[in-house]
Amino acid sequence: MMFAPAPYLLKDVSVSKVMAQVCLALLPGIVAYAWLVGPAILFQLIIASLAALGAEAVMLRLQGKPLAMFLTDGSAIVSAWLIALTFPPLAPWWLVVTGTVFAIVIAKQLYGGLGQNPFNPAMIAFAVCIVAFPALMSQWPSVGLQLSVSDQLQVILGLMPRVDALSGATPLDAMKTALKLADGNVEVSHLLANQDLYGNFAGRGWEWVAVGYLLGGLWMWQRKLITWHVPTAYVAALVAISGSLWLYNPAQFANPLFHLLSGGAMLGAFFIATDPVSGCTTPRGKLIFGAGCGLLAYIIRVFGGYPDGVAFAVLLMNLCAPVIDLLTQPPIFGMKDKS
Amino acid sequence: MLMNLFKFKGGVKPPTNKTQSVGLPIAQAPLPSSLIVPLHQSIGGTPRPVVQAGDKVLKGQLIGEADGWISAAVHAPTSGTVRAVAMHVQPHPSGLDALCVVIEPDGRDEWIDRQPLDYSALSPEEVRERLQQAGVVGLGGAVFPTHGKLTASKTVPMDELVINGAECEPFITCDDLLMRERAEEVVRGVGIFRDLLQPKKVLIGIEDNKPEAAAAMRAAVQAVGETFEVIQVPTLYPAGGAKQLIRVLTGKEVPASKRSTDLGVQCFNVATAYTAWRAVAHGEPVVSRLVTLSGNVQAPRNYEVLIGTPMGELLQLAQPQPDTDGIIMGGPMMGFLVPDANAPVVKATNCLIAHSAQLFPPKAPEMPCIRCGSCAQACPHELQPFEMYWFSRAKNFGKTQEYHIFDCIECGCCSFVCPSRIPLVSYFRFAKSEIWAREREKKAADTAKERFEFKQLREEREKAEKAEKLAKAAAAQAAKKAAEAAAAAAAENAPPADAPAPTTEQTVPVDAGMDAKKAAIEAAMARAKAQRAAAQPRNTELQDAAMQQEVAEIEARRAAAHLTDTEATTPAPAKEKTE
Repeated sequence: MMFAPAPYLLKDVSVSKVMAQVCLALLPGIVAYAWLVGPAILFQLIIASLAALGAEAVMLRLQGKPLAMFLTDGSAIVSAWLIALTFPPLAPWWLVVTGTVFAIVIAKQLYGGLGQNPFNPAMIAFAVCIVAFPALMSQWPSVGLQLSVSDQLQVILGLMPRVDALSGATPLDAMKTALKLADGNVEVSHLLANQDLYGNFAGRGWEWVAVGYLLGGLWMWQRKLITWHVPTAYVAALVAISGSLWLYNPAQFANPLFHLLSGGAMLGAFFIATDPVSGCTTPRGKLIFGAGCGLLAYIIRVFGGYPDGVAFAVLLMNLCAPVIDLLTQPPIFGMKDKS
Repeated sequence: MLMNLFKFKGGVKPPTNKTQSVGLPIAQAPLPSSLIVPLHQSIGGTPRPVVQAGDKVLKGQLIGEADGWISAAVHAPTSGTVRAVAMHVQPHPSGLDALCVVIEPDGRDEWIDRQPLDYSALSPEEVRERLQQAGVVGLGGAVFPTHGKLTASKTVPMDELVINGAECEPFITCDDLLMRERAEEVVRGVGIFRDLLQPKKVLIGIEDNKPEAAAAMRAAVQAVGETFEVIQVPTLYPAGGAKQLIRVLTGKEVPASKRSTDLGVQCFNVATAYTAWRAVAHGEPVVSRLVTLSGNVQAPRNYEVLIGTPMGELLQLAQPQPDTDGIIMGGPMMGFLVPDANAPVVKATNCLIAHSAQLFPPKAPEMPCIRCGSCAQACPHELQPFEMYWFSRAKNFGKTQEYHIFDCIECGCCSFVCPSRIPLVSYFRFAKSEIWAREREKKAADTAKERFEFKQLREEREKAEKAEKLAKAAAAQAAKKAAEAAAAAAAENAPPADAPAPTTEQTVPVDAGMDAKKAAIEAAMARAKAQRAAAQPRNTELQDAAMQQEVAEIEARRAAAHLTDTEATTPAPAKEKTE
């Protein structure tokens, strides 16, 4: 007689399916991204995926873990895609590979692999590369840059010199630099009037990428892959702090919509801060975690030294997650009366 | 009759698979070749066998006597001959053996003399005793002796009596069919419980996927003239868990640390109410139950089955498909694979499901936990299963208890939803049993320590007592000597030695006035007399040792009083010793 414990009926779920759905949810954002900058982003996604799978395979081999089971779980692909989407689209291939390998080998596998990493691997990749290669990590394609597919590929592969046209800045960075240079003599509304750079709300084209992430995130919420807690708290905190400062001094601080739709805000709210492994798990913990990410992201991007603050905000909150979880354990069934 | 229902958090919706087995009415399972009746079929004490091999028994005859209050009697399911009282494999995942009465049916199925009772004429104690003697236990699966649950809390008024007809486990339909076909007797059984517990309300909860059962129960409630409310609750596993149903119907949450009666509510299964009625009004002990046969079979159906029927033999009635590779007892969420098809049907057996790899595909390999929190969202007790899982894995059992592992009802919702296919419930069962084992060990160690300490204490006390006795004896010896001397001195003008002590004491003040010279003379005379007395004991021929001791003590007391008084002018070193 065989032995197998109950339950014998199981829901049709698996880690691979969860990860596949996350990738699916990223598609609207990716489509908008590709429409904005061309197929370069697709090259980067492929490069990052291959690097992630390769690094994962080597590490699994070294640890004697089953390759097939863990290579198909999809977690490395999700990390890879998030890395590709946060790096500059025309960054040299080795930069993306370095970030990805660091994320998989150091941030994930050395901590024990799937489910064990205390920090979000993709954000580790971003943080490591922006500290180690600040110039390359800040070179975003200039607005209106038109490069052919083969040119894009050649730039990425380093077969073509990186021209000045590549060293643009993100709208967020441009805004920050402009405000700093003007030293209080220029108004945000005046800057935002430059639609070539800032588009309708936040950044020409980039705002639609952010909307794509938002759509994907809402779909994940509807599919119950994520709960509402983290994104809601994240967005609420970001709106609260940016709104307060904007109301206080609209000349020097951009409006909440600009902050919501620029940089990695939306990607962070729905795809990065919601990472279950490195985030909080209790409902109240998730609220605190999300709000912390939103708040820190704003503070770092507006007052800090980096063009965007999502990565560092998430990593800082990852650091706090275990304690937050410990302190926010919900009362259980039958023990809700305070006693 | 519209009432406000409450919700419990979590829960899952597995495919119900109930329609297969409700198409046909309940059928009587034929007499099996032999019946193997385990003695231990309920929570609590193991009943003692009262028959032996070779005995002829009648259907309903007592074969196992309840052992203690939380225990229920066991009866012969049919008439026949006891072949053995022996160890036999049990319907338990461990596959362990337990003591069973093996009966070979004689085919006549002849009842004992059944004595119907009018329970309204009985005291509540008598009704509870009748239920215990009839072996009525919770048939929802927990098999707790029913009479043990029929006493209301002394301090908390009984608000609601909840009757559980939810039957939330997939595949199982025996309660559904019972309510459809025997609703009136269920309702009358509920009446017994109501009369014993005196609740303000009686709420009968049935999942809304059983409209026929609910309709039958409503009609029966009306026909019997009761005021019970029949309430359809949303179909959401595990709505049929006692605590979940109580929550849905009353809003009350019973934690593991409390009894439901402490919150003024009690819960019984519909089948339990039915057997209680049969036991009281018909004098029929629990010798059979309804069992759903379903799963990988051609003819799923509900059968009235004698307790003790071998499962494999029973399942043949439903014609299992050729690829059947096991039998699940209970539902697919909380049941278990029976280790041996010869295991008998017991009072807890509500369903047998023929298992096949096609019907229940084997689990994918276990992956690491990704902390997605699905388990916490599915847990009806609002626990954090993944946290308990980490700590169970790490054998950090103290932590599992901090995360309330004993509030886990093992419903399987967490395992059901886990994308990493972690058998969470198995981890929790492991942790619980380890904690129990450690507690048992600790208890044993504590008892041993206690015993040792008591032994030490006793030895010390005995030592002290012995020393005291020796001291006393020495004192008595000294006092006796002195007393005899004094008695001799007083012999001329005082009453004889056996006169009551107070008289002597009354003479004491007079004596106190004596001068030292007179005393000295008297003492000298007493010594002489004592020497004589020692040579010639007075009237001692009938005295045994005890009497002598007593006399000596009396004399010692008298002497002590005398001595003290006579030596009152000088410090008396002997004083402390004698008092």
